[in-house]
Amino acid sequence: MIVIVDYGMGNLGSIQNMCRKIGHAALISSEAAEICRASRLILPGVGAFDHGMSQLTSLDLVDLLNDLVLQEHIPVLGVCLGMQLLTQGSAEGRLPGLGWLDARTVRFEFSPEQARLKIPHMGWNTVEFCRPSPLTAGFEGETRFYFVHSYHLQCHQPEDILGCTTYGYDFPSMVQRGNIMGAQFHPEKSHRFGMRLLRNFIEMPAC
Amino acid sequence: MLRTRVMPCLLLQQGALVKTVQFRKPGYIGDPINAVRIYNEKEVDELVFLDISATPAGHGPPLGTLREIAGECFMPLAYGGGVRTIEDIREILRIGIEKVVINTHAVEDPTFIRAAADQFGSQSIVVSMDVRHRLLGGYQVFTRGARQATGLDPVAWADRVQDLGAGEILLTSIDRDGTQSGYDIELLERVCRAVDLPVIASGGAGSLADFAAAVKAGASACAAGSMVVYFGRNRAVLINFPTRSELESVLA
Repeated sequence: MIVIVDYGMGNLGSIQNMCRKIGHAALISSEAAEICRASRLILPGVGAFDHGMSQLTSLDLVDLLNDLVLQEHIPVLGVCLGMQLLTQGSAEGRLPGLGWLDARTVRFEFSPEQARLKIPHMGWNTVEFCRPSPLTAGFEGETRFYFVHSYHLQCHQPEDILGCTTYGYDFPSMVQRGNIMGAQFHPEKSHRFGMRLLRNFIEMPAC
Repeated sequence: MLRTRVMPCLLLQQGALVKTVQFRKPGYIGDPINAVRIYNEKEVDELVFLDISATPAGHGPPLGTLREIAGECFMPLAYGGGVRTIEDIREILRIGIEKVVINTHAVEDPTFIRAAADQFGSQSIVVSMDVRHRLLGGYQVFTRGARQATGLDPVAWADRVQDLGAGEILLTSIDRDGTQSGYDIELLERVCRAVDLPVIASGGAGSLADFAAAVKAGASACAAGSMVVYFGRNRAVLINFPTRSELESVLA
């Protein structure tokens, strides 16, 4: 069962819609009893880092997610804020993140020459894949996705970086460490590119 | 770098897709869900839906129709029409629409823009302004589907909207709407010069060259209506969209 974790951060319906479009039913849930049966976890989210972490904490989901992801190795895909929560912490807040990746979340910082670049980084942009993975299988030619974010990951383990995007400078727009995966963009709003990515995530062999 | 976004701007009236000329004479186009499916296949950058019957009829956003649209729309989506409360915005975002367009209520209660941006983030709040030429030169902002003159100058209003925390401005020329005679470049230049916010050019798109002209005038994105729902001199209904290579030929 695919579970989209509902912790009150942003709309989840569009991810569920896209899963349905590619032939997979996904359950939106904040209930431990349902989440613990997941074979795939999607951690979406739009909003502030600390609010996201405190929502996960108040719903009593942190220990459960740690267990599913770190002990049972259930594949998890963090999307946008959900990807940032995989890190140890963010410049946007004070609370520690889930800490599954050796990475931090930082704000876009541009040099004076790049000062005209707007924050948030909003719109379509391309992703360059750094290494092969089942998650990125079957993409050919230019691969573009829809982004809306002001913060991005800074990975301390370069091998975690699966894809890079340029906005002023290169930042990690896709990461993977074993069963732990993240995308800074919104696959659910990136038509065939997003469908391919979600399909790969759902249909990839268990890690 | 990011490409200029080009987005169909589609009008709803009592659940049907229509297209106006200068905000009048809404002509029937078809079923919105069918149009969304076609634009999905054409891989358009973004879609905007505006319900032109909501504010004049005094009702809120058509949530049922929007739910159907969002269920089929796998690209960024904006909705405007009859948005008057924080709860309206919350409902629209919950459906899976990421941007909410505010027009009449922004003018009638500008603090609403601030409240909305504070609560949901500037990136989800688009302020739409419908602008008409004044008889003796200059421009004026209209609300309520171009029925209500506000006395506001678009440049001053754009500046205010930016201060209040809007994330984007949808700038529509009432005079050019549905005419396919090109955007009002002078209006675009004036507003784009005054604000840092991304400005979406709207009203008058008829050709690829019009997109290039809008970008030159400072627009961050281009909306198109008639051009993407009609085909040919006799304006036969045909949902269409330029190919990626056509767009790339005019937009850097």
